[in-house]
Formats: sequence, C-alpha cells, structure tokens
Amino acid sequence: MSTLDLQRKACDIRADVVELIYRSGCGHIGGDMSEMEALVALYYKHMNCCPENQNDPNRDRFVLSKGHSVETLYCILADKGYFDKEELMSTFSAYKSRFIGHPNNKIPGIEVNSGSLGHGLSVAVGMAKAGKMDDAPYRVYTVMGDGELAEGSVWEGAMAGGHYKLDNLTAFVDRNRLQISGSTETVMTQDSQEERWAAFGWKVISIHGNDMDAVDAAITEAKLTKGKPTVIILNTTKGCGVSFMENQAVWHHKTLSEEQYHLALKELKQRKESLV
Amino acid sequence: MNIPNRQVVCNVLIELAEQDKNIVVLCSDSRGSGSMTDFANTYPDQFVEVGIAEQSLVSVAAGMASVGKKPVAVSPACFLSTRSMEQIKVDCAYSHNNVFLLGISGGVSYGALGMTHHSNTDIADIASIPGMRVYLPSDRLQTEKLTRALMTDQHPAYVRVGRNPVDDVYEEGNVPFEMNKATFLREGKDLAIIACGEMVLYAKKAADALAKEGIEATVIDMYCVKPLDKEAVLKAAQTGRVITVEEHVAIGGMGSMVSQVIATNNPCKVINLTLPDEPVITGNSKEIFHYYGLDDEGIILTAKELIK
Repeated sequence: MSTLDLQRKACDIRADVVELIYRSGCGHIGGDMSEMEALVALYYKHMNCCPENQNDPNRDRFVLSKGHSVETLYCILADKGYFDKEELMSTFSAYKSRFIGHPNNKIPGIEVNSGSLGHGLSVAVGMAKAGKMDDAPYRVYTVMGDGELAEGSVWEGAMAGGHYKLDNLTAFVDRNRLQISGSTETVMTQDSQEERWAAFGWKVISIHGNDMDAVDAAITEAKLTKGKPTVIILNTTKGCGVSFMENQAVWHHKTLSEEQYHLALKELKQRKESLV
Repeated sequence: MNIPNRQVVCNVLIELAEQDKNIVVLCSDSRGSGSMTDFANTYPDQFVEVGIAEQSLVSVAAGMASVGKKPVAVSPACFLSTRSMEQIKVDCAYSHNNVFLLGISGGVSYGALGMTHHSNTDIADIASIPGMRVYLPSDRLQTEKLTRALMTDQHPAYVRVGRNPVDDVYEEGNVPFEMNKATFLREGKDLAIIACGEMVLYAKKAADALAKEGIEATVIDMYCVKPLDKEAVLKAAQTGRVITVEEHVAIGGMGSMVSQVIATNNPCKVINLTLPDEPVITGNSKEIFHYYGLDDEGIILTAKELIK
C-alpha cells in the first residue's frame, strides 16, 4: 500500500472510530486519533499479520500498551476481517459485549490484555526475547502513551530491551503531550524522551507521528536496525484529524454530540477527498 | 540433610529442559537464592536474567508464554507476590499466559530480616485473583510431584516454597499425589487438622502425639490452597472439630477459605492457627512458629482445648 493509500485508510478508520464512539457513547478518542498513523502503517503495510495467519507462530506481534486507545485497534481489526464490524459498532461496551473498553485476547487479533499502563513494553520484550531464542522471523511492536512513561515498570522493560539488544522489537511513544489532567510537562516532566531512551541503549527515531511518510520511513528504518531495539517517538496531535478535538486534553475521553458527530465525519470525508 | 524444596524444582527443570527447549527460567537477581544457578549453568540459552525488576520479570515471562515458551519466574515470594501482583493479575491470569511463578523463601523463611522479607500475605494476594492457582507443597517429595504436574498443564500458578530444607512428610517411593486433591495423611474421628506448606509436618507430629493420648486426628495436607479441595474440607468437618494451620495471616489465608466452605455447608467449630495481623517477632522461622503456636506443641494445645 502506498503512503497515499495509507493516508486515505487512516481517514476511513478515523471515521469508523468517530462512528464507534458516537454510537456507544464512550471511548478515548483523543489518543485514538493521535496513534492512528502508526497503527495504520503497521497493520496495512508493515506487519505480517492477518485473519488468515492469526495462529501462525511466525506472525508479527502487536501489543497496545496504551490500552485505552483500543477503539482504533478494534476498527482496524474489524476492517481487516478479524470479526464483524457491525457487531463491534452495535455492541462496544454494551451489556455482555465481548468488546470491552480495553484490549482483550478473547477477541481475534488481540495478543494480550492491557489497560493498566506500563505493562506492554515488558510483555513485548518477552515476546521478542523468545523470538531471539528460537531464531524466529517475527517482529514485535508495541505502542505506549507519553503519560504512560511515568510508570516505573516501563523503564524496567526498556532496560531489558536494551540489555538483550532486541532488534526485533520496535516500541512507539505516542507523544501527544497531553494526558487526562493536562500537559504532560505540567503533570510530570517527560522531556527529553529522546535522551532517556538513548541512555537505555535504544535507537531513537523522533518524527512527526501523524505524517504517514515519516511513520512509514521510521518503521522501515527500525526493521533495518541491527543490535538494538528501536523506539519511534511519534510527535503527534491529540485528536488529530478532527479540528475541534485537536490539542484539547478534554478529548482524552469524551463523547460526541450529534452535531459534533456530523461535523467530524464531514471533515474526515473532505480530508480523504483531498488526498489524491 | 534433605535438599530445600527450591532445589527440587531446579533439579526437575534441569531434567525436563533437556528434552523441552521451550522451558525457560527467569530470575530477578535471584538465581542463587532461588537455587537456579545449576539450571542457568546447564542451560544458559534457556535462562533469562532481568535484574532486580520483579514487575518486568513477570511481564517478560508472560510475553514468552504468549508465544509458546514454558516460563518459570523465580523470585523471593515477598517481592513476587506483592511488587509483581498486578503483572500476575493482568499479564498472567487475565491474559491466560501460562507462567509458573515460584515464590522462594516464602512465609517467614527470612526470619530476622523483617516484614519486608516476609510473604505472610501471599495466599490472600494471589488466590484472590480470578484465574490464579496457589500451591504450598509440604516437602521435597511432594514438591517434585507438583513441579512435574505443573510443567505439563496450561494454566498459570503460584507456588510458594520455604528457604530451608525440611524433614520429609512422605517416604521415598510412597508419595500419594493427585493434582488439586488434598492428601490425607491419617484419618481419625475426634478432630481434623488441615495444614499447608511447612505446617504439614508439624500437624503430622502433633497427630502422632495426640494418638498416644487416645485422641485420633485426621491430618490433611492441603497443598492445593487454590483450587481448594472442598471435598476434603467437608470430610474434615464430619469430625465436628477442625484446626487449620498455615504460615500466613488469618485474613484471606487457607484457614479462611476452609472456614467459608465449612460455614456454608456443614458448620462446625473451626480454629485458624495463623501468623498475627502485625509484623512478627524477631527470630528464625522455627522460633517464630513456636511463638505463635504454629508447631506441633501449639497444635496439640489447641487440639486439647478444642476437645474439652
């Protein structure tokens, strides 16, 4: 898939996320939108995983460590055919639904459960270390939030990833600079993430995380990197793609009014049409 | 002198790992205290050191399990059961990753090192997690049987063993063992003593002494604290008097689980012999056990009081 097609796909998935959150009345839409380009680039171009190979031991593994941004993952998995999209849309977070508000591996395509922050990186380290032991061809990817990096357990995983030189592991940090209480730098200083990860022995690629060309190139570079794991710092915009949500901490977890729903879909449609 | 139970686990793993390259031992700077040095030296490619990082220890092990490895995560029970508790809950139990969690130097094994090093709440901590199992084997022979059983099943489990060697409860070649079924060491009509871990030996000694005075006690080795063998508990309740003995606080321990089963199904008098709801006195484990009545002498006194 070309990066133009990936951009257009990202518009479609954004519209699906808006639909899902509007219909269900809940969801972490701000982070869904900021992580979008990374997940779309992984699932539609870079990762070897599809419904047909979901039990193949050599499939690539994905761990959504910032599990609250599950809506984007669900919409991508539905679009790829892991499960029925209408079932997702009509039951997400509803009574007795299998689609809960965080990733759960009872759902096809989801490897491990997450939701509590600070777990995913170490789990991904375990997957990658096992892959190295077996000389397996798969790669492991995980996406963390920037607020999540305040969890000490993240740095235990970073330490092990660097120590074991896991070049089959790529971590992403969704650096949208906003968390539920406001600016990450006000809540707890995160800068400089580039220096912190480098100090732990990781290759660091810092890019505009909503620029599909940059995301695509960074993942390619990570795949070619030998002898150390790579972290891609995605400098993103929370709520990216829907103008009234962008850079507003209030859209960390907020539902849309009917007017906002129509406005968002219209904007995303126009955005997609402009991508030619 | 017997070898400690932790060494037994290592020996079994060394034997099994020769054939099964998916067995991996993970330690948190605990290979020496966990008796896993021999494994690390024998199979360096199947050994993973994570450093003093118990949260990562469990998450990394879970990640390995998710891609087909059979990980055994080894760390002092005090840290494994509390520092890593959320990783056990989310990454092992909730995500259905088959990790064998080995809590070493459990209970008050570390004696005078104080409450930081005592795992006197690990049963409550881990048994309360949906999907987790908890085992406290009583001696080296049972530990071997349990380890072999756990290495062939598909679900996560926490096993607590003590630091020091303990005398045998069973005899070589005569170790009755059925997974998730308590072992009856003797049967008597006057009362029942249900014990787990190192307390089983004391329960057995107490029953032998009581028998000499004409008091016949049933003794049950409840190594499977979760899933608790309810059938065995109800059989114990038929005596009308039950004593539970454990190296753990009262709240959420084996005795509290036994009491729930008895209160619901066949109420009778139950006394829980436990560690106190406070930091324990300074001493080695035997001194601590004696002070709180967690030995044969304490069990005998309690039994006689109960029979009155």
